[in-house]
Amino acid sequence: MAYQFSQESEKRFQRLIPQFPSKRSLILPCLFLLQADKGFVDTEGMQYIADRIGEPVSLAHVHGVATFYTMYNKKPVGKFHIQICANISCYLAGSDSITEHVCSKLGIEKGETSKDKKYTVDEVQCLGACGFGPVAQINDKYYENLTPESIEKILSELEKEG
Amino acid sequence: MGLKTLLTTHINAADSHTLKHYQSVGGYESLKKAISCMTAEQIVNDVKNSGLRGRGGAGFPTGNKWGFIPKTDKPKYLICNGDEGEPGTFKDRMLIERFPHMLIEGMIIAAKAIDSHQGYIYIRGEFHKGIRIVETAVEEAYKAGLLGKNILGLGYDFDLAVYSGAGAYICGEESALINSLEGRRGHPRLKPPFPAVSGLYACPTVVNNVETFCNVPHIIRMTGEEYKKIGTEKSPGTRLFAVSGHVKKPGIYEVEMGTPMKELIYDICGGMKNDKALKAVIPGGSSSPILTAEEAMTATMDYESIASLKSMLGSGAVIILSEETDLVETTYRLAEFYSHESCGQCTPCREGTHWVKDLLHKIKVGEGTEKDVELIFSLSRNMEGGTTICPLADACVMAVRPTMTKFKEEFSLRLKKEVSLSH
Repeated sequence: MAYQFSQESEKRFQRLIPQFPSKRSLILPCLFLLQADKGFVDTEGMQYIADRIGEPVSLAHVHGVATFYTMYNKKPVGKFHIQICANISCYLAGSDSITEHVCSKLGIEKGETSKDKKYTVDEVQCLGACGFGPVAQINDKYYENLTPESIEKILSELEKEG
Repeated sequence: MGLKTLLTTHINAADSHTLKHYQSVGGYESLKKAISCMTAEQIVNDVKNSGLRGRGGAGFPTGNKWGFIPKTDKPKYLICNGDEGEPGTFKDRMLIERFPHMLIEGMIIAAKAIDSHQGYIYIRGEFHKGIRIVETAVEEAYKAGLLGKNILGLGYDFDLAVYSGAGAYICGEESALINSLEGRRGHPRLKPPFPAVSGLYACPTVVNNVETFCNVPHIIRMTGEEYKKIGTEKSPGTRLFAVSGHVKKPGIYEVEMGTPMKELIYDICGGMKNDKALKAVIPGGSSSPILTAEEAMTATMDYESIASLKSMLGSGAVIILSEETDLVETTYRLAEFYSHESCGQCTPCREGTHWVKDLLHKIKVGEGTEKDVELIFSLSRNMEGGTTICPLADACVMAVRPTMTKFKEEFSLRLKKEVSLSH
């Protein structure tokens, strides 16, 4: 069946409409709804968004927006998307050792997804939590002041959850 | 000078984010005062008198910014810039999560000042928790009659919505943020026209930082004249400094403007981590030129003092670097950030930031030569001073060139020639 918003996404979409005088403003929130439904943004979903918003929004425009922003996954990611900050403050606090630890533990390189599709590890630029580095964002949640021991514990909790 | 709280007075209350707590400590009293007893002009004048300068980075006088909004029949929009993303900067997230009602109150007062009836709080998408907290606070405010039609029965209408960014540092630049809010790529716009004349949906728009809005209720409560007595003459008020790097107690500290940097590092933040010597300080977010330890010890935390050292107070992000810091590595990481975040519109930025990053990588791994250093300096001259639409390329230059100049030795030691000589 062709993609359409899930019930929850449809509800949120309806709540969004009156908030903006221009329908084009709905594109970014709609892409998040698509990602919440599917885990990533694909052409079918982007076409659906273009159709739901209607003129003057086209698939090309939605695609252009989606590819500009880093938070839209252009391909599927693992159930747990581990994003480790590598920028200056986190680096000073030892983020490299956290990334190495996570990659070696999961047996994957940065940017890869594990074979069982459970984990994706990415290095990101700045998560805006610089005083509490090293910091990782796993799905929606921030994990701060990481040490190899604490990330080890977090990984085993994820393993149990998954 | 030193620690002084206005915004963070109730930071230790577990429920500081709730309407109930905020009202219990006098929250929304300034809103009542502003809407029922003050004209728009009086609000703008009070903020002008306070000397409040924007807390996002540029430090532009807030009252003047509001004063630029033309009196037209077009809708006027008010936007809160919560797209915090400059490396080192992490103060707004705390305000968003702990004091969302202070932000909302500040925005409603600002709305009346510029005759706006629709506002947006644009928050970086990674701040899921903050976004949820602000959404809840907005709902609470609607239910309490503090937002929407006829606020508190005082005859003013203002609607507010929360908008999530999607991962693009450049959207912190106000015209890029406006494009993003309009459902486009976050490309900065050529100015003029400035947002005050043609911003969101081509209408007059004011964009202010989270911390800037949070100061507004305090200014209205205590009057601009009283507020101006805090801090220094040209940099009034308190400032949230987000301190990271090699200090014993990194974190967010609210201090009076003009506090000596030495006091911030050694007294407030507990001194250097592992008692190492201070090597350098990046005083206002990653794009502010680095200060040597000697310069840092003479600086006070206000716009003028930092500017006199040819740097910027910027976003209030202070990154402390100890003697053990590898400045080649940190400079490379900053260049990597700017190359990653360049929106790609302007050639000097799109090409320049990547080129500088690649050259720094060569130097970092011991494959660089004197020519690469010269090339970085030559490239940087073509990336600054108005060659691009927005200042991202300038920011990259400011993060790289002063470090390479002030710590020339450290870079020279990594050059291939030097490495082979030392072996």
